[in-house]
Parts: sequence; structure tokens; C-alpha cells
Amino acid sequence: MKGLADAALLAALAMGSVLGASALVQAGWPRRSPAAAILLWQALGLAGGLAAVGTLVSLGLPGDHLGVARSLLHPGAVFPGAAFRFPVAFGMVDALPALLLVFRLTCLAAGLALLASLCWVLIAASAAALQARRRQRVLLALLAHGDPKVPGALVVDYPTAAAYCLPGLRSRIVVLSVGTLELLGRAELAAVLAHERAHLRERHDLVLLPFTALRRAFPRSGMCTEAHRAVALLVEMLADDRALRGRPTRELVSALVRFGTAGTCPAPAGALAAGEGDMAARVARLLQPVRPLPAAASAAVCLTAGLLVAATVALLIV
Amino acid sequence: MARITGTLTTVNRLGDLERAIMDVLWETDAPLTVREVSARLTERNLAHTTVMTVLDRLAKKGFAKRQRDGRAWRYCPAATRETYVTELMLTALEQTGDRTAALTRFAQSVSGVEADVLRDALEMLEGDGEGDEGSG
Repeated sequence: MKGLADAALLAALAMGSVLGASALVQAGWPRRSPAAAILLWQALGLAGGLAAVGTLVSLGLPGDHLGVARSLLHPGAVFPGAAFRFPVAFGMVDALPALLLVFRLTCLAAGLALLASLCWVLIAASAAALQARRRQRVLLALLAHGDPKVPGALVVDYPTAAAYCLPGLRSRIVVLSVGTLELLGRAELAAVLAHERAHLRERHDLVLLPFTALRRAFPRSGMCTEAHRAVALLVEMLADDRALRGRPTRELVSALVRFGTAGTCPAPAGALAAGEGDMAARVARLLQPVRPLPAAASAAVCLTAGLLVAATVALLIV
Repeated sequence: MARITGTLTTVNRLGDLERAIMDVLWETDAPLTVREVSARLTERNLAHTTVMTVLDRLAKKGFAKRQRDGRAWRYCPAATRETYVTELMLTALEQTGDRTAALTRFAQSVSGVEADVLRDALEMLEGDGEGDEGSG
């Protein structure tokens, strides 16, 4: 890495990712093409994280030819503006090398700490999810039964409507409560199964995992909460689209509506607020279908996502 | 029973037995000995040692509790069936405050204005449905 120039570019990429994410939260087009938007979210997350780490590390490492140190020590060589701000501000020009060393080491440590904590957060979230699913499987083996109304799914004797899936490499399970079977008709149940199987087939849990991890790590960060919510909603819309293949819209919509308004078991404070309006958004989108993005626009979104990640990685390794 | 084993590919024969034996324990109020559990599973024709092994596994997993009764052990469920069902569903619906399960669920229940919006949507849809029943 080559010091300040790289650091500046990486910082710009990190900032750009954050700005891009907040624009994407507001944008209307993602619900037209959820898959493309999800791809862009992944790219923004990956590029943003890598660029933030890269910024700090490239400030911390001495450059091969024109790194942080020489750029600071030789004003005018590369960055006249940035060059003497640092030493002059402290009035300790004599102590410059030592001070620079401290600065570099601090940046390096901060960069590595950020990298380690991002990795740790992802590992911890994966481990927690795996553990929760293992426990679910153990309990289901003891409690669940089948039902001819929902072939292939597991049914649990629970009065409230509940439908979810347990993804995994070895077993993919759709779980429904008895309350769901009582609430919905056969065609609606088939729509629910198709929706859940789309989640399982396309491993939407993996798509969501990094965002769940970030939300766990920074529960007070508005950006992380918003990003998680946006991606979770897009994933549901994508599964809705898949469930519509070869079946009338009405079945899925009435399943959604009956399910959403059955609420005998209200969600706890906070959980509801986090998804407020999302159900209505899904139903509205199904009732008044929006046209998917034109092929060219979709391609542009995918290209942007690819370029964003490629540019970040290139800056990090070149 | 065959359908369950087919669906839950990870469930082997022992898992199937665990389930049958837990059902016996849940259905009975008093703690049971291995022999008594076997007696209630006559149609399966199980060896005494098999039942003992499975009960031991269930105790190790925390689903069964055991206590000495003379020279034999007596087993009872560690918690009611309903307790486990509630645990299963609450973690799945992310209502335990610990949002880690990362299970994607079909829909969440809504209230207030949003519920009204949904109900209106359903009414509209059902109104439409009567009109174009043939073409739908």
C-alpha cells in the first residue's frame, strides 16, 4: 500500500459506501428488482468494511516509495496541503519521527482491531444462528409431526400463526404451527410453503447474516438497523416473487393478510417498530405490481456493485 | 411417524426412539422405570438395554430427569411438552429478546393502522375475486 493516496481513496470509498447505503434505504427502485438491490447491498457492506479497514491500515503502514512518513516529512513532494498540518499543529517538529511512529502505530492498531472485530462479529453471529438452529432441530425431532395439508413441512402444536424455515446444508425444514393450518386454506398454505422454500433454496439466511451481525454488533447504530431492515424486507419480497410463480397473486396476498392480522400474540416492544409498515409494503407491492427494472438498469446496478468491490480490493492489494 | 423421519433427514432411529420415549414420559404423571417405559412401548418390541440407553441419552441432553428408587432409576420429563413448544416458537418468532436465530419467517403480526390497511387490502381482493372468478 502506498500511503496517503491510497488512504484518501479508500476513505472516499468507505464514505461513498455509507452515503450509498443511506441513499439506497430511501430509494424506491429496490422493490422493483429486489435481487439486484440485494446484490448492491452486499457490495456496499463489503466495500465499506474493507475500505474502512484499508484506510486505517494504509495510514499505518510505511509506503514502499512514497508512504505516509515521507509525504509528511517532505512537504510539497506529493501532498503540499496535508504535509505539515500534523507536525505544525503539535508544535513538536523535533519530535516528528517519534510522533509519526506513534501515529502510524495507532492507525495500524485501529485498522487491525476493526478488521478483527468485523470478523469476530460475523463469526459470533454465525455461531449463534447455528446454535439456535441446532436447538430448533433437537426440539422439532421431539415435538413436530407431519400433516397431509402441508406435505414435507413440519407442524408444531402451537395456537398462534407461525411459519418459518430452518436453512442448512444437510436438512432444510419448513415449520408451521397448528394455528397456521387453522388460519389458512390449502391454496394459501401452498403459497406460504413456496415462499419459505424459496428462502431455503436460495439461502436467503446467508444474504441476511452479515447485516444481522452488524445489527448485533452495533444495536444503537441507526445505519446498521436500517440496512438490516431494508435487506430483510428485500429478501421477503424476493421470496414473495418466487412464491408467485405459477399461482394466483390472491393466494399469497390473502395468506399474508390473514397471517399479519391474526396477531393473537403481539410482538414485544421494539420488534414491531423495527418492521412497521413492511407488511403493508409487501402487500401493496403484490396488489399493484411494479414493473421490474429494465434489463439495462439492472445490469448497471450489478456492474456498480462489482466495480465497487473490485476497486476496493484493487486498492488494498496493488 | 415415517413421514417425520423422511422429512427430518438428521433424525435417525435413535432420534425416533427418543421421541417415542419422551411421549411416554409426557403422558405419564409419575416417574417411570426403564421396565415401565418398555412396557408402554410393547408394539416396538425393544430390548431393555435399548430403552435404557435412550433414557440415559435423554437425561444427558436435559430432557429427562432421573432419580434413584432402590436399585432402579426412575425417569420423568425435565419440563412439560408445552414448555418446549413455547421455547421452540418464541425463539423462532424472535420474541425472546435475543435476535440471533436468523430464521426467516413468513410474516409478522401487525397492529393498529397497518393491520387496518391489510384488512382493507384483503376486502378489496375478495371483492375483486367475486367479479373475475372465472378468469382468475
